[in-house]
Amino acid sequence: MIKNIILILVMSLLDINTVLANPDGAKLFSQNCATCHGDNGAGGIGVPLALASFQSTISDDYVRKTIRHGRPGRIMPAFTQINDAEVEAIVKYVRAWNKTKPIAFSQELIKGDPVHGKQLFSKYCASCHGANGEGGKGTGVTFSRPRDLPIMAPALHNPGFLASATDAMIKNTLIMGRKGTPMISFYKHGLNEKDINDIVSHIRGFEKQPVSESATILETEQAILSVDSPYDLQTTIENVKNAATSHNFIFIREQTLDSGLVPEGTENPKQHIIYFCNFNVLNQALATDPRVGLFLPCRITAVEQNGKVRLYSVNPKRLSKIFNNSALNNMCDEMTKQYKTVMEEATF
Amino acid sequence: MKTIIRFLAIAFFSLLLTSPAKADQLLSARSSQDFEEAMSTLQAAIKNNGYQLSKVQRVDVGLQAKGYKTDKYRVVFYGKAEEIADLAAKHPELIPYLPLNIAIFSEENNTILAAGRPELLKEFFPSADLAPYFERWEKDLEKILDEVRETK
Repeated sequence: MIKNIILILVMSLLDINTVLANPDGAKLFSQNCATCHGDNGAGGIGVPLALASFQSTISDDYVRKTIRHGRPGRIMPAFTQINDAEVEAIVKYVRAWNKTKPIAFSQELIKGDPVHGKQLFSKYCASCHGANGEGGKGTGVTFSRPRDLPIMAPALHNPGFLASATDAMIKNTLIMGRKGTPMISFYKHGLNEKDINDIVSHIRGFEKQPVSESATILETEQAILSVDSPYDLQTTIENVKNAATSHNFIFIREQTLDSGLVPEGTENPKQHIIYFCNFNVLNQALATDPRVGLFLPCRITAVEQNGKVRLYSVNPKRLSKIFNNSALNNMCDEMTKQYKTVMEEATF
Repeated sequence: MKTIIRFLAIAFFSLLLTSPAKADQLLSARSSQDFEEAMSTLQAAIKNNGYQLSKVQRVDVGLQAKGYKTDKYRVVFYGKAEEIADLAAKHPELIPYLPLNIAIFSEENNTILAAGRPELLKEFFPSADLAPYFERWEKDLEKILDEVRETK
């Protein structure tokens, strides 16, 4: 009996170890990366990873560190919850698209003149990468709405990029360019090696500057907004509708929390969701990041419990963080203010 | 012998607890099915995993009615009636996050799905009695998204 138990445990351990030692890179890519980068790495909101000129100018380590660090504020999350073996499996899968000899870039810093580099950056790079390296407007070809360019210029003033790219890799990219993207070879554009070193030195200097706005994530502890109402449930619900309407929202519908989940007529009448929407704001938000529809249209829930009425809503400012998209920061901040205003007016 | 068994048992369960691959705060999936097919697969997957559909918010229809051009876009709400009633009574502060939802929208011939990571709710609502719900929802949501992702 004991021998059998030991045997089963040992076999199970061996089996699990085999699985853990050989994670399926294709499956992991499909689960974690394909939504943005496409099933075949053709790109979309994320960089076209399979692009030959991209593959030939990056290292395995760049991919590895990019997975780990992500790009704060630029949608690409930091994958902190996958283990090292899984990261390696994804790297191997992604790098199988590379048809050229793999590169391992030097870790050494390149010495250059950052002041001259800044001048060159303003002249040659800023139109795509932003005056301060904050990246192209938006965060890539959106999920469902193509933009003007096949790829948005990456944010260079981003802690994730700076942690992932060595000076040698940045220099190589400036020299080689990325065929198939607007990134050209600056050698061919007339710059010499010293000029390129100066630009690299300027880019590395971003590390010493305050975090770029495009890499800023809204921080707030509150996951919900809530306010006590001095009114009865029905009056509070009507007040929410009126307050929302007076702030340029359109009332959409009112339903119980359990509507659709329980047979009609048996719903709990003490938990009412009021849906409302400003379609212009909704349209703008979805154009910026369609995933944001997760918490749109707006809704406030009125709950009566033990004779007391209270209003609840999500806190858009807190939810902004889950999208890792700095382009949403202002919208989410504004939405939080509007929710608070509507709730306060409804309970005044 | 007992020590060996204990060691092996601990090692076994430690490995079982090793977290699976996860992105940070959102779960998402790309489906090679078109929107209608993916929507149908999603609804079936929700039911297959023991949940009930509560409401489909037709975001695209609303936008189009107001004159905005949009791709197909819906938000699917789902849950378990008894579970939601129980949680709403004990933890009304959780109500803004209930029922659970998944955004589904078209991208050319593909369909994208996105949902907040249920385990993130542990950070929002650090009550010990809620953690098992969030953990189970997370696993179930991963299964639902896997079903949609893998259905061709």
